Amino acid sequence: MTAVLAQSDVLEQAWAAAATVVDPELPMLTLLDLGVLRDVAVDEDGTVVAAITPTYSGCPAMATMRDDLVRTLQEAGFPGARVRVVLEPAWTTDWITPAGRAALAEAGISPPGPASRSDGPVALQLLPTRRAVTCPRCGSADVDLTSEFGSTACKAMYRCLACLEPFDHVKEI
Amino acid sequence: MPDIHTHEPDDHESVYDGLLVNDAHWAFGTDFEDPLAGVDTTVPDDVDPAALAAYCLMLGDDALVLSQRLAEWASRAPDLEEDIALSNIALDLLGQARLLLARAAAADPDVVPVLPEDSPVPDEDRLAFFRDDLQFRNVRIAEVPNGDFAEAVVRILLFSSWRLALFEGLSRSRDAVLAAVAAKGVKELAYHRDFSGRWFVTLARGTEESRRRLVAALDGLWPLWAELFETHDVEQAVADAGVGVAPAEIAAQVDVVLEQVFAASGIDRPERGQLAGVQGRKGRDGGHTEALSRMLAEMQVVARAHPRGQW
Repeated sequence: MTAVLAQSDVLEQAWAAAATVVDPELPMLTLLDLGVLRDVAVDEDGTVVAAITPTYSGCPAMATMRDDLVRTLQEAGFPGARVRVVLEPAWTTDWITPAGRAALAEAGISPPGPASRSDGPVALQLLPTRRAVTCPRCGSADVDLTSEFGSTACKAMYRCLACLEPFDHVKEI
Repeated sequence: MPDIHTHEPDDHESVYDGLLVNDAHWAFGTDFEDPLAGVDTTVPDDVDPAALAAYCLMLGDDALVLSQRLAEWASRAPDLEEDIALSNIALDLLGQARLLLARAAAADPDVVPVLPEDSPVPDEDRLAFFRDDLQFRNVRIAEVPNGDFAEAVVRILLFSSWRLALFEGLSRSRDAVLAAVAAKGVKELAYHRDFSGRWFVTLARGTEESRRRLVAALDGLWPLWAELFETHDVEQAVADAGVGVAPAEIAAQVDVVLEQVFAASGIDRPERGQLAGVQGRKGRDGGHTEALSRMLAEMQVVARAHPRGQW
């Protein structure tokens, strides 16, 4: 298949296929919206190589993301497709696209605010982290943190004091 | 990296071989994933690869051993939220360990235990599962047996305050892989430190019993604290080469953080001497407490029984 397509067509089709792969834990988000899919390229011998970056160091979903990408690219007609890892620049929640944030909120998960950046040492926070979180169901800002770690390491658990529903918030990192 | 296995039909050694035809059919594949696949692991020109590997083993072993200890908490924490928190901290550390052990193996393949030629076990797993306690280079505070919840809180606070400062320095390492691993780890460790710092204050200012337990935990772990700031020859060598951080250099910075927590908690700094090494050898030299060998026996037994295992 690759032999009959121009290089640019291969690249376009590979990107289109890779862009459909979703996060296994947050299936309302594509890897592209999550900012995990960094690049799709075609190397000298025509092999499609997708580049992904880890979210958390120990994220168990990375293996699934990799395999989902390979399978999707294989099914799209790129049998030799490979995935490589990119460590730098490190992923932060700022990589999540506006479309991705909207999809999270739509699914009842509070999207992250801007990640904090500091060049000096990270300051100790002994008081509960103050985040501008609103309830994804009713929009109330009257919310309460119940745990810094939720259903996955990347989410904190909150409850809404207005509608009384619990919800996950994707932590800013 | 998953690839297409092409087993001939008459080549079946096991009825399960047919399941291994195409890895991409499986959620996690049947091959091990290289956590550094496609990453440039070239060691900077003027850096001794053996020293860099030894250093990565130290940092990787710290994370691996404490991760295993914290994993023992699963289903045993005081409540569900803290249970999940401890497991998540363990998971972050396991992820750091995996990358650091893989980086050690890529820098100097000689550190990797030799297994049968057809073994599919990846380098970082060989390092985790096929070394004995004397070959581990973790600081001893990571390995001592678990106590109560207060003990977990104090240990995470001491460990993460120290490691966060190390990683902040390492994020400027001349080794690009180490710098990237550290930059990612800083964000995770900041959460671990905040989590444990808040619980430290909560327990100190809670009931008489919670305060008693917290003070006892701090007293019990304090003899292992000074070891964290002793600079081993390997650490000094990589620090001089601009790829590592000498722990002695971050002592003052970490002290400021601990004092903040102690002040907010109304807790006095313990006055206890440090735990001696065995013939002067401490964790960084492979001198460990008995607890490490027992922990490793449990952690490693399945992997060692199946050096050709495909999972």
